[in-house]
Amino acid sequence: MVPLSWYLAVAAVLFVLGLFGVLSRRNAVAILMGVELMLNAVNINLLAFWRYTQPENVAGLVFAVIVLTVAAAEAAVGLALFIALYRLRESVNVDEIQLLKG
Amino acid sequence: MILKVVFLLVSLFTVGSALMVVTHKNLFSSALFLVASFFGVAALYVLLEAEFLAVAQVLIYVGAIATLIIFAIMLTRGMMSGRTSPRNDQAAWAGLASVVLGLVLLYVVVFRVQWPVVEKPVPPDTIEQLGRALVGRYVVPFEVASVLLLAALVGAVLIAREKEV
Amino acid sequence: MDVLKPQIGDWWHALLQGAGLSSGWIVFLDALVITLILLGLGLTSVLFAVWLERKLAARVQDRLGPNRVGPYGLVQTVADALKLLTKEDITPDNAERLSYNLAPGLAVFAVLMLLLVIPFGPGLIGADINVGVLYLVAMGSVGIMAILMAGWSSNNKYALLGGFRAVAQLLSYEIPMILAMSVPVLFAGTMSMEKLVEQQAHGRWFGVVMPAAFFLYFLAALAENERTPFDLLEADSEIVAGYHIEYSGMKFAWFFLAFFLNTLILSAIATTLFLGGWRGPFVEQVPALGIFYFLAKSFVLVFAFMWIRATFPRLRIDQMMAFAWKVMVPTGLVLVLVAAVFVKLPVAPLVRDVLLFLVNVFILLVVAGLVGRHLRLQIKRLSEGAAVVS
Repeated sequence: MVPLSWYLAVAAVLFVLGLFGVLSRRNAVAILMGVELMLNAVNINLLAFWRYTQPENVAGLVFAVIVLTVAAAEAAVGLALFIALYRLRESVNVDEIQLLKG
Repeated sequence: MILKVVFLLVSLFTVGSALMVVTHKNLFSSALFLVASFFGVAALYVLLEAEFLAVAQVLIYVGAIATLIIFAIMLTRGMMSGRTSPRNDQAAWAGLASVVLGLVLLYVVVFRVQWPVVEKPVPPDTIEQLGRALVGRYVVPFEVASVLLLAALVGAVLIAREKEV
Repeated sequence: MDVLKPQIGDWWHALLQGAGLSSGWIVFLDALVITLILLGLGLTSVLFAVWLERKLAARVQDRLGPNRVGPYGLVQTVADALKLLTKEDITPDNAERLSYNLAPGLAVFAVLMLLLVIPFGPGLIGADINVGVLYLVAMGSVGIMAILMAGWSSNNKYALLGGFRAVAQLLSYEIPMILAMSVPVLFAGTMSMEKLVEQQAHGRWFGVVMPAAFFLYFLAALAENERTPFDLLEADSEIVAGYHIEYSGMKFAWFFLAFFLNTLILSAIATTLFLGGWRGPFVEQVPALGIFYFLAKSFVLVFAFMWIRATFPRLRIDQMMAFAWKVMVPTGLVLVLVAAVFVKLPVAPLVRDVLLFLVNVFILLVVAGLVGRHLRLQIKRLSEGAAVVS
């Protein structure tokens, strides 16, 4: 069987890559992609811990399902915001959006 | 042995695609690599014997979220012309911070902690148990999640709608 | 490995073991052979389906259809495929190479993957995974990705519009389709395709017990397959073929292949979920009959698909969206609710089936009545408007 730490290592790398995307990108859509990568990393962790510590207890799966749901909701609202923003400002670069006024 | 090789190949694929997601200049290609990365994660779920989550991952991430992201990229395609650099001013610092955090994380999870691992098979009725848990013990989070989805649905429609004159 | 359960499997395994192969190799060879069989089956039936569609459309339109190559023009498709192979393969100058070239392959891949979980006969299933139905839906959504990639990377206005329409239409109609598919799943209490067929013994087909769910699935499948009246993503007269406008030669052939494979597979899924799969008279005694029943039922549905395509006009895009969200999604939700209630109803199975059937027919009539009333009102308003103008 593959050691648990391997999964955790992959998840950690994925999380850090997502974090880098979030911190370094200008485009809001790209930032959202980074966030999705981070959520995926979290889910890998949840499932790995479920499989390697308590496979008979479905709590890990439940958490993963809830994370999936939240990710979907977040993507829908986030992308709606970007589209509204683009219509208003012709830009979705986060460093060009500094005014609170519409 | 074979499992380990498969695991390494899959994770290499996943991490490589994720790297392309955050570094590729072209946003559309980034999104395609994101899809590849999602598939890799689904394959990892299969290796973890969580088939239900693997299929749900493909359905929700590839089918819904990635499609939405690509849709948003298409709708904001004025941003693709390369008017500004895709990276912001703090990219170097971000890279540094990420690498440091990554090394710390890897050190901790791989070398520092002895994880209490048990070798048990997955019960065959896991999906049924998951279903029961979602409407039994975890019914409150489940209902909150559904309210969240509804709110997101209404909110997204309201925000993205063209203003009527 | 009891994938090819009836006789053939045992004979095949005995042969391999006789040749002195280790079990790892046997598993690998099993997978390889299953893949090849599925591929062969899928591709040959596409050849036949293309011929059928052309012949049928010709009959509907009072023409003869293909009749030059081979008897009744049966080999026409092969000739066409060869022609497409030899055509020049054009890539637009500003296309994004990678996704432009990947898209046709991905389109076919997404559909071919579906063949894996379809039970063609008793025990004849590529892999009976316990989340079969969910797998079907998930793989179906990969096809949308291929269309998006094609639409975007062609760098063409019409292709892009086709891509937009693809997302709007396919995502919208995926929801009623999932709802319709979850009705038999709820009722049978399993997502495994094999077990779903098992549950439909003795002519108790889910499509008969729940005609409304079957009808909903059929309509959603029409839309998912981009067939008239829902062929807006490639509407020739509006956006000149949509997302595959720039594709030529072999790459176009891939999209064409994906389209027809999709028709076949959507019918096969409908057969499995609603029409009892390979079940039929005497199938217990002669398992081979199962394949015949399965193909016969599937092709009846394929025939219906083609018939509708040859006779119906196209919807307008706002009508198409309104129909999905205002008619099909609510109907689907009601059906799921009804099925969930009836599963728990404390009555004899036969009584429950009859009640469910009646409720389904009632729902169908109510929905049809409401839609009909709406349409009549609209026509009335339109004709009054016309009277004012003239």
